[in-house]
Amino acid sequence: MQLHDVWFVLIAVLWTGYFFLEGFDFGVGVLTKLLARDRTEKRVLINTIGPVWDGNEVWLLTAGGATFAAFPEWYATLFSGFYLPLLLILVCLIIRGVAFEYRHKRDEDRWQTNWEHAIFWTSLIPAFLWGVAFANIVRGVKIDEDMNYVGSLFDLLNVYSLLGGLVTLTLFTFHGAVFTSLKTVGDIRERSRTLATRLGVLTAVLALVFLIWTQVSHGDAKSLIAMVVAVVALVGALGFNLAGREGWSFALSGVTIAAAVAMLFLTLFPNVMPSSLNEAWNLTVTNASSSPYTLKIMTWCAGVATPLVLLYQGWTYWVFRKRIGTQHIADAH
Amino acid sequence: MDVALAPETLARWQFGITTVYHFLFVPLTISLAALTAGLQTAWVRSGKEKYLRATKFWGKLFLINIAMGVVTGIVQEFQFGMNWSDYSRFVGDIFGAPLAFEALIAFFFESTFIGLWIFGWDKLPKKIHLACIWMVSIGTILSAYFILAANSWMQHPVGYRINEERGRAELTDFWLVLTQNTALTQFFHTITAAFLVGGAFMVGISAFHLARKKHVPVMRTSLRLGLITLIIAGMGTAISGDLLGKVMFKQQPMKMAAAEALWDGEAPAPFSVFAYGDVEKGHNKVAIEIPGLLSFLANDDFTSFVPGINDVNKAEQEKFGPGDYRPNIPVAYWGFRWMIGFGMASLAVGVLGLWLTRKKFMLPPGLRTGEDEVPHLVLFKKVLSPRFATWYWIVALWTMGFPLIANSWGWIFTEMGRQPWVVYGVLRTRDAVSPHVSQAEVLTSMIGFTLLYAVLAVIEVRLLVKYVKLGPPELTEADLNPPTKIGGDDKNPDRPMAFSY
Repeated sequence: MQLHDVWFVLIAVLWTGYFFLEGFDFGVGVLTKLLARDRTEKRVLINTIGPVWDGNEVWLLTAGGATFAAFPEWYATLFSGFYLPLLLILVCLIIRGVAFEYRHKRDEDRWQTNWEHAIFWTSLIPAFLWGVAFANIVRGVKIDEDMNYVGSLFDLLNVYSLLGGLVTLTLFTFHGAVFTSLKTVGDIRERSRTLATRLGVLTAVLALVFLIWTQVSHGDAKSLIAMVVAVVALVGALGFNLAGREGWSFALSGVTIAAAVAMLFLTLFPNVMPSSLNEAWNLTVTNASSSPYTLKIMTWCAGVATPLVLLYQGWTYWVFRKRIGTQHIADAH
Repeated sequence: MDVALAPETLARWQFGITTVYHFLFVPLTISLAALTAGLQTAWVRSGKEKYLRATKFWGKLFLINIAMGVVTGIVQEFQFGMNWSDYSRFVGDIFGAPLAFEALIAFFFESTFIGLWIFGWDKLPKKIHLACIWMVSIGTILSAYFILAANSWMQHPVGYRINEERGRAELTDFWLVLTQNTALTQFFHTITAAFLVGGAFMVGISAFHLARKKHVPVMRTSLRLGLITLIIAGMGTAISGDLLGKVMFKQQPMKMAAAEALWDGEAPAPFSVFAYGDVEKGHNKVAIEIPGLLSFLANDDFTSFVPGINDVNKAEQEKFGPGDYRPNIPVAYWGFRWMIGFGMASLAVGVLGLWLTRKKFMLPPGLRTGEDEVPHLVLFKKVLSPRFATWYWIVALWTMGFPLIANSWGWIFTEMGRQPWVVYGVLRTRDAVSPHVSQAEVLTSMIGFTLLYAVLAVIEVRLLVKYVKLGPPELTEADLNPPTKIGGDDKNPDRPMAFSY
């Protein structure tokens, strides 16, 4: 296995980490409208992710930075090509981060309501758009011989990619609902479990169509295995949710995300961004990657830093392991 | 296409706007993290309540500020790919690595431990909770280091070779990129300048409260800490600025010649105090100068030769082919002066403040005690001091903005002074833009970010003002009895969280 292959795997791992972690905090953001009945319940939801959402988001920054360093051509093509969707995601992430931090800092009802709307929409839109983006990458987009994206915004909006967007949106919301039932007590816990069941069924239907479509048009034996794992894990997550085993259910909804990301990356390899115009213009792990020297340094850095990151981020979840409910939310702003 | 609305022009404006805006929050974040950590350390060591109240007060302002720093930083990373894709292709092999290091080593650190610090007051034992804010502080400083190493490579590319076949620059010595003198001096200068911002912020806000005789013990401590920070940082900025200037004279003679509006090389070269000239014809019409000082700044020697703009332009034309290799000279010239002027003014306000408070007689009359009296300065104390104090409070409040202006102009000078190069001597800015991103797309994002940033600026300032006016919080029972084990004490499972969003 050459270093650029290693980095292909590592980029997949970083996206998996991002979708696993920010997936549930996007989901919780969406649930503030679907699940919470009043402001106190909204705050319970927001506080389940309060200490961790910022750390979760760094997985995206790291995925972006690592792609820049390990596959500069991929980074350049992707981010200049998907310009407007990416702009929308960035705007959402800006507003979202500020919303969490500022919502409770003034007592006025209008101030808080506005930020609550913001949290909902800025969680929903990126959760949807990431699916659209990745579906397009797998499907192939108009890349010319100079590795530049030459399509328009409308080329990115097709049935397959929009379905991909719905899959990530529902999957993340389901993942978030399972997380909520794992992290809360009382009435809200019961309701989130019920909602998780409904969301899980919806996710399963959409995901099945999307994954089979992906498998039929781009898959091979390895991606088939990943697909089966994703589907089995999703069914398992639903089952454990019904049985009230929230920890297992959450672990398995995470496995679903990981397996789905693995499947997408397996269908890509050895391409990183296939061209729909001409196969010879595909961006691959070889023609898009950095020099072996850069990859070697990056491998050292990732090898030392990643276990540490997992360790201290894991510790955070341990520190804040207690479930919370409406009784834990103080009145003070 | 109209040049003013060409994608390259718009992309440059967007980069300028988003970077300057982002950098209003960065220096305050870096310095306030460390200052808050210092205050919390004082609380843990001494047990004095005023330190805990100060920690909570400055910590809250820090959090309001860092939220903006973090979210505006995301744009910076992705902008390279969006607007400058040819830059990313050409230098990604080198420039991407420090960026990835920054994310892996610094961002994770900072963002994870800040969550622990914000929510950890009732979940972590005192000393572990203290360690968290120090981790945040280390994270912010590491982050600055990696990003400055990347930027320094653009100022002075080292440790690379050009791969003709792939049409790009490739890394050959990463250690050199991280440790070259440009990176180290830029780091030194940027960090000291960051503390100038934090020191002035602390002085200004403490002055605001002291002038109203409110929260005196907390604000008196804060004023002292702020003044000392301001002075040390001010001296550090001056020293590091001098070092950085010497490095730049050697590596980017054009930038420094532009900063001085020195058109033709001279030996000895004078330092320009004020100049007004004709950029097209390349000479000054009015110039007030200090003889020999520029030679000294450049080479530590009052008589040495310093090349001028016209000399360097000619040399670069011979080396790189026909063209205009001059940056925007008025921007470089005035940017350099505003940077130094506002930086020095901040230092002066710090020195003045420390001198005035050396016996604490700056305190409003009703709050003075016997030990604050200064017998040998009767005239000053009786006649001047009361009024002078009022003046100083106002000056201190204004000074909060000075280092921010100095920082912004410092960056504008550094970046615009390097033009037309994006990587000095290697890649021109016009060759770095995304070739297929349309004018409409860049225009959309530039307007979008600018409007969003404007709205957020208003929100942020209003929030800061609100919390500044509110002053340091009163302490509760829970504040004074932190938990003894990780995860919090179990005595009362239904107790509300110490902090919740």
